[in-house]
Amino acid sequence: MTHKNSVLTVSNLQIAYEGDPIISDLSFTVKKRDILIILGPNGAGKTTLLRALQDLLPYQGSVSWNAQKISYLPPQEFLQRQNLPPLNIEEFYAFKTSDSNVIKSMIADVGLDESLLSHQFNELSTGQFQRMLIGWALLDNPDVLILDEPTSGIDIGGEETIYSLLHKFWQNQKLTILLVTHDLNIVWEYATQVICLNKQQICMGKPDEVLTPEQLQTLYGTGIKFYKHQHR
Amino acid sequence: MSTEILLALILSGTIGAIAGYLGSLMLSKRMALMGGALGHLTLPGVSLALLYDFDVSVGATLFLALGVLIIWLLEQKTRLHLEALTAVVFSASLATAFLFLPQEEIDIALLGDVSQLTPVTVLVTVLISIALFFTVKNIYSSMVLASISSDLAQTSGVNLKLNNALYLLCIAVTVALGVRIVGGLMTAALLAIPACTAKNISSNLLQYTVISTIAGSLACVLGVIAYAILNIPAGPLIIIASALLFLASIFKQQKV
Repeated sequence: MTHKNSVLTVSNLQIAYEGDPIISDLSFTVKKRDILIILGPNGAGKTTLLRALQDLLPYQGSVSWNAQKISYLPPQEFLQRQNLPPLNIEEFYAFKTSDSNVIKSMIADVGLDESLLSHQFNELSTGQFQRMLIGWALLDNPDVLILDEPTSGIDIGGEETIYSLLHKFWQNQKLTILLVTHDLNIVWEYATQVICLNKQQICMGKPDEVLTPEQLQTLYGTGIKFYKHQHR
Repeated sequence: MSTEILLALILSGTIGAIAGYLGSLMLSKRMALMGGALGHLTLPGVSLALLYDFDVSVGATLFLALGVLIIWLLEQKTRLHLEALTAVVFSASLATAFLFLPQEEIDIALLGDVSQLTPVTVLVTVLISIALFFTVKNIYSSMVLASISSDLAQTSGVNLKLNNALYLLCIAVTVALGVRIVGGLMTAALLAIPACTAKNISSNLLQYTVISTIAGSLACVLGVIAYAILNIPAGPLIIIASALLFLASIFKQQKV
């Protein structure tokens, strides 16, 4: 049953590929304004989960959204940047809005120079490309933003810029964010909720409460040392 | 200028324009060789049309539909890729066409023929081309988005299956029209070369689609003019004109 304050309710979710289970018996709820981070080793089913939540994959169980508009950004390596028509950034943004003032304002909000609007995908650095995509995803004012490893292939400085940017939009636009990352620092710094996933739910809750060394050992199968940051 | 040449110019220019426009999407979807395969599928239909004296585009459309249906059925029955199945079916089509194609009609089937056009044929072709243009214009941005990421497109509300089916249908109809002017062997060039030309000299999507459309039309017009002067089949001349425009575009190539 969907709670009034919940934006997503998942019950008994099961996903299999050619008979092999990928995710088994997963249930959780995401409240409005949560930053939910999905944590887990490679092959844990994180991307599969995000795709199933948006009906991009067949599944069993129930997924119930209580949101007007959901935006999704797949991992960068799933996006084609080469061998495309000569599409520039302004034209890409125009797929969502024809208002050039909105486009210019958004490109500034994601910290990019307006001159980049006339550039093509393969002329942007990985960090610029990701910021441009975040701007594109937010153009139609979604309630929920889903991101899959948004800083993959980006250096540490660039990573911090991306997450600060997401945090700024989360604060200003009343967003709910679902995010897959490998970076525990990001979980400590930004997550309000975390799901530890390794084909099934290992833990779920507030990072402070559930991310114990024992849980991480269970999740990753190896000892992990971490240093807690103060939350902003 | 004779009426025959005027009709040929209108018909070829229109088919070239729509082939250039559709081809600009085909290139982005890396389906450029599909046009050639579809062209071969039309050959038995073209042969029958020449044999029994009915419109070659009607024959082409019927056999194109049959060929696509066979490919689809084989895809359900086997685990082979679409490209592999297409190669099997188009080779078989080519062989079948040569079985009953009269010797004297081979040139027309393979190289096209723009003589003896009627005003009705030209009018119907123009109307079909206009319908194709608006159908593809309607799905163009969705198709470009899908070529970036099918997940991004689907979560943005794009009905991928419907759009792909519509696009394939439009390509098939364009090929059926194109067979008349360039024959069954060169339809891939009609679709792919203008897009390649446009990509060389465009810095944005709008320029790309406009230049591809104009390059497609211009090549056909130049080919028909050369046909009127030299009196050799227009099909090869159209493709040579298109290739020359492509060569010219290399000298003006963008840095991207």
